Amino acid sequence: MPKYELILTKNMSQPGYTGSLADYERAGGYQALRKVLGKVAPGDVTEIVKKSGLRGRGGAGFPTGVKWGFLPKDYRGPKYLCCNADESEPGTFKDRQLIERDPHQLLEGIAIAAYAIGAETAYIYIRGEFVLGAKILEQALAEARRAGYLGRNILGTGVNVDIWVHRGAGAYICGEETALLESLEGKRGLPRVKPPFPATHGLYGKPTVVNNVETLANLPHIVNRGADWFAALGSPPKSTGTRIFCVSGHVKRPGNYEVPMGITFRELIFEHAGGMRSEKPLKAIIPGGASAAFFTAEHLDVKLDFESVAQAGSMLGSGGVTVMEEGTGMVWAALRLMEFFHHESCGKCSPCREGSSWLVQTLRRILAKRGRMQDLETLTDLCQNIAGRTVCAFGDAEIAPILSTLKYWRHEYEELIREAEEQARGAGHEAMGAVLLSPLASRH
Amino acid sequence: MLREKYRDEIEQILHRYPVRRSAMLPLLYLAQREEGYVSEAAMKEIASILKVTPPQVYETVTFYTMLNLKPVGKFHIQVCKSLMCALVGSDALLKWLHARLGIKPGETTPDRLFTLSTVECLAACGTGPMMQVNDDYYEKLTEEKVDRILADLKRDGTSTLKSGPFILPEPAKRDA
Repeated sequence: MPKYELILTKNMSQPGYTGSLADYERAGGYQALRKVLGKVAPGDVTEIVKKSGLRGRGGAGFPTGVKWGFLPKDYRGPKYLCCNADESEPGTFKDRQLIERDPHQLLEGIAIAAYAIGAETAYIYIRGEFVLGAKILEQALAEARRAGYLGRNILGTGVNVDIWVHRGAGAYICGEETALLESLEGKRGLPRVKPPFPATHGLYGKPTVVNNVETLANLPHIVNRGADWFAALGSPPKSTGTRIFCVSGHVKRPGNYEVPMGITFRELIFEHAGGMRSEKPLKAIIPGGASAAFFTAEHLDVKLDFESVAQAGSMLGSGGVTVMEEGTGMVWAALRLMEFFHHESCGKCSPCREGSSWLVQTLRRILAKRGRMQDLETLTDLCQNIAGRTVCAFGDAEIAPILSTLKYWRHEYEELIREAEEQARGAGHEAMGAVLLSPLASRH
Repeated sequence: MLREKYRDEIEQILHRYPVRRSAMLPLLYLAQREEGYVSEAAMKEIASILKVTPPQVYETVTFYTMLNLKPVGKFHIQVCKSLMCALVGSDALLKWLHARLGIKPGETTPDRLFTLSTVECLAACGTGPMMQVNDDYYEKLTEEKVDRILADLKRDGTSTLKSGPFILPEPAKRDA
């Protein structure tokens, strides 16, 4: 039996649960929507969410109720809610499960959020590759509309909320909230300069809230069981509730584990995910998706909550925990992630567009044993010149794997370079010159 | 012409948005469904439907990796090569596909049945190595499984090994 009470994954863990409207209603679904519509003022719903301490589950961890509170109160025009289902952060695969296994839980959460912020239209921006997820959502939307949970005059309360599915088309950056809005407007998904923030100038320039799938899926439960119940869960006061951690890499049982925030990496990896897949000891952990700085085995007792992970020098991010065993090359791992970031850089800001290319080329050269000791300085220097110099957080994200592997496994970089230098010395001065002038690896 | 063939569907798509241009990606998907890629003629037509210029459609198409500017094979195999899949064997999967199909990433078999591509993270990190073939995910791949999938695709156009609604770990295993 699961060790902790499951909330978001409770229904889908029941044998035979299909995620249909009938199943969801039998499990108490849409009671929260009935509870709030026309009975609790929208502002009071926001207050409940604020009191619950719910923080965004997409990456940044911003308090959800506070985000809603930024919308102008007296605004009379249309407002929008966007559900961010563009799950593209390497290491993360929780939203896919929430969408495909219990779509109505998400739809109910979206309807509650839309009511709270006064939006009549909500869009689910789902990553284009999730074709099955989009189909399941479309079916669930049709069921919910037929049952009167969505559309005009929901349940006779006079409230109008409709939800539409919008498929992305393969661009990681569209998970960044302003890039998501640009993409939804039919343009290239380039992040916008902030301020102004989406709360005042979002979709079509109107007040908009963008929330992650897991964030929204929490709402029916918070409404049903109360803010105090949620606020006591996990690691209060700042990391309340449960969290779905996606465990991948060299573990016996990879998967999505819903646990209260505040358990340790050791418990998540060795008890829930079954420990290491082979006899090799654990070498490295990525604690919160590809954008998070690496941890070592020394960090196994760090607690999985926003503050503890930040204090230890990384971030909880999207909840993607990737485990690597002894023997995994850290320069190679950093390169693989860097290739991802280079491929996915939207190209708007020069430091990120050009910097990611140089980082990939330098790492490839080191790995191909053609590196030089000054490359390490160049890597650090490049990272420092990308951080904080881009429109969105992508720049900060792409340097995390490099700086953290350099911090904990610098000797692996140095070993590769020493081997390169020895080879060059053996081959004579001319060969070294050839190394220095060799053309850089082309884009993959 | 898309407008004549899919009049109702296009109307339904436009109805979802207060601003026409928002229908860009759905209409591009419609064009790609029809022709297997987004042709210049389709881009011009979409520009006219959305009341934007053809370059505005083109600049959008070139930004997104799922939109093809040239035809691909009947089955577009996309293998995830990101770190999480690489840790559990995506490089070997790619080699196996290369051996079986005789093509490298970016190439199409001479019979135009298969196109092979490498892609970045498809959000299936716990079930790697994995690949997407057209609309379907295939996960926890082994050499034997890949052979069965390729044979199924050739024979039936689809394979029962494709993923259904996702859950990991399976509930039964979780309780074990």
